[in-house]
Amino acid sequence: MSEKKTKRRDFLFTATTAVGAVGAAAVVWPMIDQMNPDASVKALASTEVDVSSLTPGNTLTVLWRGKPVFIRRRTQKEIDEARSVKMEELIHPEKDEDRAKNPEWLVMLGVCTHLGCVPLNDKGDYNGWFCPCHGSHYDTSGRIRKGPAPWNMEVPKYEFVNANTIKIG
Amino acid sequence: MSDHDYRPKSKVGQWFNDRLPLLTLANHLTDYPTPKNLNYWWTFGGILTFCLITQIVTGLTLAMHYIAHADMAFESVEHIMRDVNYGWLIRYIHANGASMFFLAVYIHIFRSLFYGSYKAPREIIWIIGIIIYLLMMAAAFMGYVLPWGQMSFWGATVITNLFSAIPLVGEGIVTWLWGGYSVDNPTLTRFFTLHYLIPFLILGLVVLHIWALHVPGNNNPVGIDIKKPSKDTVPFHPYIVIKDGFALLMFMIVFAFFVFYAPNILGHADNYIEANPMVTPAHIVPEWYLLPFYAILRSVPDKLLGVVAMLSAILILAVLPWLDTSKIRSAVFRPLYKQFYWILVADVLILGYVGAMPAEGLYLLIARVATAYYFLHFLVILPVLGFKEKTLPVPLSITEPVLGGSPNFAAARNKESKIE
Repeated sequence: MSEKKTKRRDFLFTATTAVGAVGAAAVVWPMIDQMNPDASVKALASTEVDVSSLTPGNTLTVLWRGKPVFIRRRTQKEIDEARSVKMEELIHPEKDEDRAKNPEWLVMLGVCTHLGCVPLNDKGDYNGWFCPCHGSHYDTSGRIRKGPAPWNMEVPKYEFVNANTIKIG
Repeated sequence: MSDHDYRPKSKVGQWFNDRLPLLTLANHLTDYPTPKNLNYWWTFGGILTFCLITQIVTGLTLAMHYIAHADMAFESVEHIMRDVNYGWLIRYIHANGASMFFLAVYIHIFRSLFYGSYKAPREIIWIIGIIIYLLMMAAAFMGYVLPWGQMSFWGATVITNLFSAIPLVGEGIVTWLWGGYSVDNPTLTRFFTLHYLIPFLILGLVVLHIWALHVPGNNNPVGIDIKKPSKDTVPFHPYIVIKDGFALLMFMIVFAFFVFYAPNILGHADNYIEANPMVTPAHIVPEWYLLPFYAILRSVPDKLLGVVAMLSAILILAVLPWLDTSKIRSAVFRPLYKQFYWILVADVLILGYVGAMPAEGLYLLIARVATAYYFLHFLVILPVLGFKEKTLPVPLSITEPVLGGSPNFAAARNKESKIE
C-alpha cells in the first residue's frame, strides 16, 4: 500500500467524503437545534412581582420560566443565622451577603439542585428548606448543607423596580 | 437457516416463493428444531411478543383520543376514562400492560441468568435484549409522563435532571431535552412523539433478537450444545406453540386480574392530580419496575456518581458474557453459582423494596449494602467463580440423564450417535 501514489481517484474519494460529511452535519444540526427553547419560550424571560403584602418570616412563590421562584422576607434571626456560618462548613461556599444584597429579601429559584424538585419551606435541619425527594437540607440563605444536592439554590437575576415590586429576569 | 431446501407444494406457492421466499421463512419458523426439554421459563419470549403487540394496539387506539398538550392532556385522559366507549378498558390494559411487560421481561432476563443463555455463542442475542430493555424503560418513562399528572410531571423533572449531572454540558442538555427552562408543553409533545416511535424500534429489534436466536438455536435447561435436528429436538410447531399458548393463557389470567380488579394498584394516586409546577408531591416514587435502579441512584451521596452507578447497574449486563468466566452454562451444574444466583435475586428484590421507601436511616443503609453487593456479584464473584468453582458433570445429550439409568444406556447412546 505504501508504494501506491496518491491518485486523482483518491483525491476525489476524500473530497466527496468531506463534502458529504459537512452536508450531513448541516442537515442534522437544524434537526437537533429545533428541540432547543423556541422564540416564544425565550420571550417569557422576565416577570414582575408585587411583594408589598409579604410580612417578615413568610415566603412568596411565583412562577418564572415555568419554575417556582421563592421570595423570602427574612426575619432578623434568619439573617443572623445565615451570616454567622463559617465558609468552611459549606458544601458550596457562598457568602450570604452575595446571595441577598438586601439582607431582608432572599430571591432564588425554588428548585433543588439535585434533581429539580421544589423544596419545602421552614423545614429541615437548618431551618431553611428541605427537599422531600432525596433529602437535601438548605439553610436560611438557601445554601446546601446536607444531602445529595451539589450546589446552593440558584439566585436569578432580579432587581427592585420600586419598593414594592421585584422584577425577575 | 442454511438447512433449508423447502419447496412449496402448489404451483402458485412455488411461483411466489421463487420471487419472495416468505413461505421458506414460514416453514423455517414452524419446523425450527427446539430442545425438547424447554421448561415453562422458556415461554416468556412468546409472552413478551404478546405484550409488545398489546401495547402497540392499545397505544394506537389511545392516541386517537389523547391530546398531547400541557393544557389538555390531563383532561383528555379523563375524557378517555369517562366518555370514550371502552376507553377505560383500553387505557387500563395499556397502563397495566406496561407493568405486565416488565414482569415478563424480568422473568425472561433472570431465566437467562440462571441457565447461562447469555454465554457464547449467544452474546449478540443477549446484547440486543439489553438494548430492548433500555428502550422499554425509555418508552415506559415517557408514557408515564403523558397523562400530565403530578407524578408524570415530577417524574419527568427528576429523570431529565439526571442529565444535569454531566459536567459542563449537563445543563445545556437538560434545556435541550425540555425545549424550555422547565418541563412544559414542548417536553410533553416530544415525549409523545418518542413514546409513539420507540415500540416500533423495539419491534425491529425483536426481529433481530429472534433472528440471532435462530442461528445457534435455543439454549436449554441443561445448557449443553445439541445437534439439530436430532432426538434432542422437537419442531417448534406444534410442540412449542401449544406450550407457549398455554403459558400465555395463564399469564393473561394474571393480566386480566390487574385490569379488572386492581387497575390502579400499581400506579400512584398522585397522578390523578393535574401537574403543578409549584408543588412537588411529598414522596416521589417511580413505577415499581424502575425501583431497584432508583434505590441505587439514591444510595450514592454524590449526584454525578449516583447517576453513573445507576447507569452502570444496567450497562454492566451488556458485558456479562465476558464477566462470567465459567464454561458451564446452566446453574443446574454449578452448585456455587446457583446459590449466588438466588442471593442476587434477593438483592434486587431488596433494592426494589428500599427504592420505594424514603431514603433515610436504616433504608439508606440497606440500599447501600445491596448496591455494593449488586456490583460485587458481577465484577468479583462471577469472574472468580469461573475459575474456583467445581462444577458437576454435564450430560452429553438431553436424553442421557433419562436413559442413563436404563440398562440399555450404552445401546441407546450408540443408536443415537448413528442417527446423528
